[in-house]
Amino acid sequence: MNYFHFPLEDWTNSFVNNWLLPVMGGFFNSISEVLGAFIEAVTNLLIVVPPEVIALILIVLSWRIAGKGMALFTLIGCVYLGSVELWPAAMQTVAIVLVSTLLSVLIGVPVGILTATSSVVDKIVRPILDFMQTLPSFVYLIPAILLFGLGGVPAVISTFIFATPPAVRMTSLGIKQVPEDVVEASRAFGTTKWQLLFKVQLPLALSTIMAGVNQTIMLALSMAVIASMIGAPGLGSTVLSGISTVNVGLGLTGGLGIVVLAIILDRITQGLGKRF
Amino acid sequence: MLVNKIEVNNLTKIFGSHPQQGLKRLKNGEQKSGILEKTGMTVGVNQATFAVEPGEFFVIMGLSGSGKSTLIRLINRLIEPTDGEVRIDGKDITQMDTTSLIETRRKKLGMVFQKFGLLPHRTVLNNVAYGLEIQGVEKQERYQKAEKAIEDVGLKGYEASYPNQLSGGMQQRVGLARALANDTDILLMDEAFSALDPIIRKEMQDEILHLQNKLGKTVLFITHDLDEALKLGDRIAIMKDGRIVQVGTSEEILENPANEYVSNFVKDVDRSKVLEASHVMKKPEVLMTYKDGPRVAVRKMEEAGASSIFVVDKEKNFKGLLTIDDAIRAYKEKIDLEEVLITDIASAAPHTPLHDLIGIAVDAKYPITVIEAGRLLGIISRVSILSGLVLGKEKDEVTSL
Repeated sequence: MNYFHFPLEDWTNSFVNNWLLPVMGGFFNSISEVLGAFIEAVTNLLIVVPPEVIALILIVLSWRIAGKGMALFTLIGCVYLGSVELWPAAMQTVAIVLVSTLLSVLIGVPVGILTATSSVVDKIVRPILDFMQTLPSFVYLIPAILLFGLGGVPAVISTFIFATPPAVRMTSLGIKQVPEDVVEASRAFGTTKWQLLFKVQLPLALSTIMAGVNQTIMLALSMAVIASMIGAPGLGSTVLSGISTVNVGLGLTGGLGIVVLAIILDRITQGLGKRF
Repeated sequence: MLVNKIEVNNLTKIFGSHPQQGLKRLKNGEQKSGILEKTGMTVGVNQATFAVEPGEFFVIMGLSGSGKSTLIRLINRLIEPTDGEVRIDGKDITQMDTTSLIETRRKKLGMVFQKFGLLPHRTVLNNVAYGLEIQGVEKQERYQKAEKAIEDVGLKGYEASYPNQLSGGMQQRVGLARALANDTDILLMDEAFSALDPIIRKEMQDEILHLQNKLGKTVLFITHDLDEALKLGDRIAIMKDGRIVQVGTSEEILENPANEYVSNFVKDVDRSKVLEASHVMKKPEVLMTYKDGPRVAVRKMEEAGASSIFVVDKEKNFKGLLTIDDAIRAYKEKIDLEEVLITDIASAAPHTPLHDLIGIAVDAKYPITVIEAGRLLGIISRVSILSGLVLGKEKDEVTSL
């Protein structure tokens, strides 16, 4: 099958070494600094606040949104994280999840709106989303380190790449699902495009968009271990050190912590989505 | 001269890849079916022309696929016309930029939809106030106007409900209130009652007639139901294959169908629901007042060859019926005429449908009187009901009582 040689590897490397790093390096550095500072601020906030306060907030949220049973689970989960001495690690993971989710929503929702309203944008964005979801994450971990160094920033960027597609897709779906007759009636009364978006389409798409955000959070959590390979602190790095030292107990302890976080965040955001 | 509220000239819509090409073919006299076959394009509306006067209830009637729903959407440009013009208060909406179009929709064109099109996340009050809200009307003012509209459609007390908590009929009342709250002169109603069950539908028809009377709106009403069209329309336009084949009052359409299509259409119409008492009533041949006295009464009856006579007072207010026997008795026994009058006589209003008179006529010994504000306008015999049902409107031929 090799009729000719396709030097994708050489081209990519020379693109990265000769242009991306020397020319764009400064640009990526400044992104890295801003994002790094933001992640640090969120992490510090979560660690400075006493665990009891955060646990209480989570329990009350679970209780109000997902019911008594879930509140009990949240209580047990928080006590577990504290008693295996993983509370700070859990908060580091939560910080990365929060920042990357925020980034995913800020970019994903507007893109989703655009794909729902323009078939051209939809045609361009769709293959990009496929790429983001299926390209093995290790492939972009390497350039992420090159461009953003080690630590939380490349972790957030890789998590963003992996976790944004559902936000885009569900936003687009939600807006397309708004009944045509409602849109038509709104137009008949003299609704402008922006009014249509903010008074009709977004409110009616909100529960679907929230389902997308929920998926984004879940995917972000599932990236925790992989992100720890490029130096992201948190529960992922606990699991990773369990793996590298063949310490099954440590791996399970950290892994369970991720599961606990996932269940709490999932039920809360899912419950929120159903409220709309 | 009175400016038409809505004026539609040669309005055409062709769906497909090259509408201008289709338009050329259409103007060369090609048929809708031919264009579909040769180019794959669908002619939605084919050179429609009509005008709606201020305060008129104008109905566009056609079967599904006749283009009526497209036509009404061309009028507020929910669908972009391919050709032709639509003048709202004299201004051509097809030439407007987005800003003036939105302004025209807000200020001049209210619309009610078959599927209601209510916002499910808003309460009844906020649905009705929606049109005002997007115009930037202050909260207090828009709620006040919305409350008024909700009251007008009989939904008071449901302001805080959500659409999915209401029945179909009530949802459509919300749709109607939403259109009324904007206080536009024109109401576009697209099969507004077609999704409702028959009893609710009749109720809504009566309601819209009442509201239109009260508020003086110009209504453009789309329906596939001929009975509905005949009941509601001051004038009716009948559509087929995107063309308007006839425009006229219900009588005109029933009596002089423009072509075979229309006549097939109206063939099965229940005339008894269309024709009204005033259509079949006749002038009473023999009339008298009290001061004529029994002798005159008897002579008048003899002249007309009738066995009874209608009695009215000076102001033509109906008093009763005098039979020839009673007249003679009154003359011989010197009784006051008033005491022998038969006053127990069935009566109807001029607009009572013939349908409602049939039952009365079966039991009535005497002709039915048509009375408006106490005055005797005419009388209806059993024969004239039957002939009305068979032949249509009474053609003023003289029949004796």
